[in-house]
Order: sequence, then C-alpha cells, then structure tokens
Amino acid sequence: MHVSLTVNGQRAVTDVEPRTLLVHLLREELGLTGTHVGCDTSYCGACTVILDGKTVKSCTMLAVQAQGADVTTIEGLAANGDLHPVQEGFWERHGLQCGFCTPGMIMSAVGLLSDNGSPSEDEIRHGLEGNLCRCTGYHNIVRAVEYAAAKMRGEEPPAPEWEEGSA
Amino acid sequence: MYPRSFEYVSPGSLDEATSVLASTEGAKVLAGGMSLLPLMKLRLFSPDVLVDIGRIPGLSSISDRGDHLAIGAMVSHAATASDSAIAEHAAALATAASWTGDVQVRNQGTTCGSIAHADIAADQPSAALALGATMVAASAGGVREIAASDFFVDTLTTALEPGEILTEIRIPKQGGASAYEKLGRRGGHTDYAVAGAAVWLDVSDGAVSSARVALTGVGAKPTLAEGVVEALVGTDGSDSAIAAASERALEGVTVLDDLFGTVEYKAHLAKVMTRRALQQAVAAAT
Ligand SMILES: Cc1cc2nc3c(=O)[nH]c(=O)nc-3n(C[C@H](O)[C@H](O)[C@H](O)COP(=O)(O)OP(=O)(O)OC[C@H]3O[C@@H](n4cnc5c(N)ncnc54)[C@H](O)[C@@H]3O)c2cc1C
Ligand code: FES
Ligand code: FES
Repeated sequence: MHVSLTVNGQRAVTDVEPRTLLVHLLREELGLTGTHVGCDTSYCGACTVILDGKTVKSCTMLAVQAQGADVTTIEGLAANGDLHPVQEGFWERHGLQCGFCTPGMIMSAVGLLSDNGSPSEDEIRHGLEGNLCRCTGYHNIVRAVEYAAAKMRGEEPPAPEWEEGSA
Repeated sequence: MYPRSFEYVSPGSLDEATSVLASTEGAKVLAGGMSLLPLMKLRLFSPDVLVDIGRIPGLSSISDRGDHLAIGAMVSHAATASDSAIAEHAAALATAASWTGDVQVRNQGTTCGSIAHADIAADQPSAALALGATMVAASAGGVREIAASDFFVDTLTTALEPGEILTEIRIPKQGGASAYEKLGRRGGHTDYAVAGAAVWLDVSDGAVSSARVALTGVGAKPTLAEGVVEALVGTDGSDSAIAAASERALEGVTVLDDLFGTVEYKAHLAKVMTRRALQQAVAAAT
C-alpha cells in the first residue's frame, strides 16, 4: 500500500505491506536506524517517536496508520550540528550507559518537556514510565531531563551532583 | 515482530465501515491498536482484515449533551484523562484513564477500545460500569444501546456482535461523586490492575442514598459488588460504615488467581481498593 508522510521535515513516499510497522518503515525503508526495537510486547519504549506532536511507540503502529502524519525521530532533533538540549543533558549528566534505550528516552523526554517545561522529579519519572532502561537505574536520566528543562527555560542547569560533593 | 499478513481498510465514514464489517468474514476493528497490535505481533491473534476506524470523522470528541457526556470511539485515554467535564461528572473514569498504561499508550489507545477489548485487568471498563454508562453500538443493521451492566459478558468478551462498532459511550450526569483506586502490576498505579475498584455514590441528608461499586482484576470480567452497596446505602458513609461494607466486596464473585496474585492476595486487595475508593467518593460527595 502507498504511504506518504513527513519524517524530520522531509517528505517520504513509499509502498509497504499493511503489516509493516512504523518502526520498520523508519529503519528499513528510510534507513533511520536511530529508532530502536527493544521488545516484542510494546513495553520498552525504545521505538518512541513523536507523531503529530505526541509520543507514540512506533513498534505498535502500522506504517499505513501514519499516512499523512508528521514524524520526528531522534535523527531530527539536532539542528545545524548542535545537540538538542535533551541530547546535551544526556551527554552532560551521563544519562546513558549502553545507549540502547536512549533514543526512545530522549524522544519521551522531549514530549514531556513540550507539555511541561518545569517538571518535578516525580513528574519526570512518571513521564518516562513507558521507557525501560536496563542499565542506568534511571537516576542520571532524571538529572539529564532536569538539565534540559533548565536549559530550555533559559536558566543555568543545576550543577552535577559529583561536583556538589553530595554522595 | 511482523504480524501475519492481513488486508487493511480505512473507511472514510461510519456507514462504509459497518458495511465492510458486515460483508467481510474475519474483519476486526482497529482503533488505537494498543491491545490488538501487540497480540498480532506475538501472533496470538491474526485477523484477515483490519478495519481502521481512525480516519472516520466525528469519532474523536467528548460532548456534553445536557443529561449525559458522550465519549467517541477515537477519544484517547489521554483526552479522557484531561477533559474537564469528565473530571467533574465522571472522576472515576478520568482517574482510570490517567492510570492506563504509560504516556505513549495513553496517546494512542482509546477509552472505547479499552471497553470493547474488556481485559479483566483493564481500568476503564469497571469505571464505566460503576458510572452506569451506556454503550452505543452501530452496525449495518442500525444502532442499539447497551447498558454497562449487560455489556461485559466474560473474559475479553462483550455484548458487541462481530459486525458492530462501539461508536460512543455515554455517562449520565447523575450528581454524586465517583472515584477509582488500583494497585498496578508494576506497583503504585502503573500498568494493568492487579486489583482495582471503581465507585459512584450519592449522599443526601447525611446518608449514602445510592451507590454502584465495580471491581477490576479479580473475576473473569468487571463485576458489580452488590453486597457492598447493600451494606453501605442508608449509612452515614463514616469510615467504619465503609470498612464494614468493603468486607462484602467479594460476595458472589469468583476470584481468579493469575501471575500477579493469588486468590487470597487479590481478594484482600479488592477490599482495600473498595474501601479507599469509597472514602474518596464520600469525601467528594459531601
Ligand atoms: C504497554 C501497555 C500497557 C498497558 N497498560 C494498561 C493498563 O494499565 N490498563 C489498561 O486498562 N490497559 C492497558 N493497556 C491496554 C490499552 O489500554 C489499550 O489501549 C486498550 O486496551 C485498547 O484500546 P485501543 O484503542 O488501543 O484498541 P485496539 O487495540 O485497537 O483494539 C482492541 C480490541 O477492541 C476492539 N475495538 C477497539 N475499538 C473498538 C470499537 N470502537 N468498536 C468495536 N470494537 C473495538 C478491537 O477490534 C480489538 O479487538 C496497555 C497496553 C500497552 C501496550
Ligand atoms: S520496541 Fe519495545 S515498545 Fe516498541
Ligand atoms: S542505557 Fe542501557 S538500556 Fe538504558
């Protein structure tokens, strides 16, 4: 079936089988392998992309359902070689270890911050409930999102914990 | 994993959708896909034809129709959870929607889909039951209304016929107050309910005048706890009256064990959730 959609600002037109999932279209047809597949059960969130302004699990959506949609993937965040504040936060606050969950975590964090520019720690943890990380224990992911939130508000991000001397 | 091959149809109107469903053997409605697609990916279920109702105009709104609120088939969990009229007249459903899955699931999945799917551990079916909702089903043969108390038949089984689309659910604007409580499988309120309770009640002249209590997660389907209502109505709704009434939550209910809890544990949880939800509703109604 014919599908046309906008991905990271560019129009993409392709033919797919109805059973092709959006994540397959992104990774296999368009070569955008930043969006990961971490599970078969729709739980892990590694495949998260932003579709028409809302985060969705691209492994649990048919490509044909995205007909006409505007999709942003992890590859669409950095502009002119500058990292998006959320990407920068993950870098600066060590929000990743193996990095497998990271693209999905970052897309969910971008979605969260577009709805709520000053989330509390609790709101960050709940906002990322649909994304599982097997490495970090989430602590530094929360710090990374706090860093990005401050940056996006035009404020100085909180100092890293390892510089505060607090354990 | 890729689902098995199927044919995909995306009708532009409700009439077209019901006529495709009527004329196509093995066709299944696709709404948000948050229950259907995971089952298809695991190949636990492989329909021949999917009828995507996502592009039919007019199914995505919540409307205030004077004596009731109508929630259309494509209204997402997120929209139900954040709507001010639902919060005012159907707090139990707003809470249940806000605790359904995670952010991404709430952006895609639909309230009507959750009710049509009728998972025993789902949150919104019991809220709809406690609120005395009416389900509206459309097919090529016409439209019919089904009371929530007749709608849930068995595990993953409702009164909907194969050719029918649940076009909207209607929640009466009935006064009183409602609340939902659950323990989620991942702790707190996260993920499907190990057990949960939805309640609606009204208070007049200092006494509980009427109530409905529905349990989720414990039996084969969302179930009305008649014993609780019998014990509660006519009391002052005090903590002790609520505690005594909650003890009767499982009268007439066959509690099923599963991976997430034994019969004893779930029975205990159901009473605790009933008590907490009743306390919240009484506080909100007085
Ligand atoms: C990671 C994850 C976590 C989840 N956690 C929870 C949770 O905590 N609590 C909870 O309650 N649910 C949970 N769910 C399920 C979620 O709520 C689904 O959105 C919901 O069960 C189905 O709604 P849908 O719109 O996605 O329906 P679909 O998946 O599209 O359809 C489900 C079934 O209902 C039928 N159907 C759907 N809409 C209609 C209609 N209008 N008319 C007739 N038939 C229809 C379909 O044919 C199909 O059989 C979770 C799902 C996932 C993936
Ligand atoms: S790949 Fe795990 S939720 Fe999509
Ligand atoms: S960094 Fe390894 S899964 Fe999150």
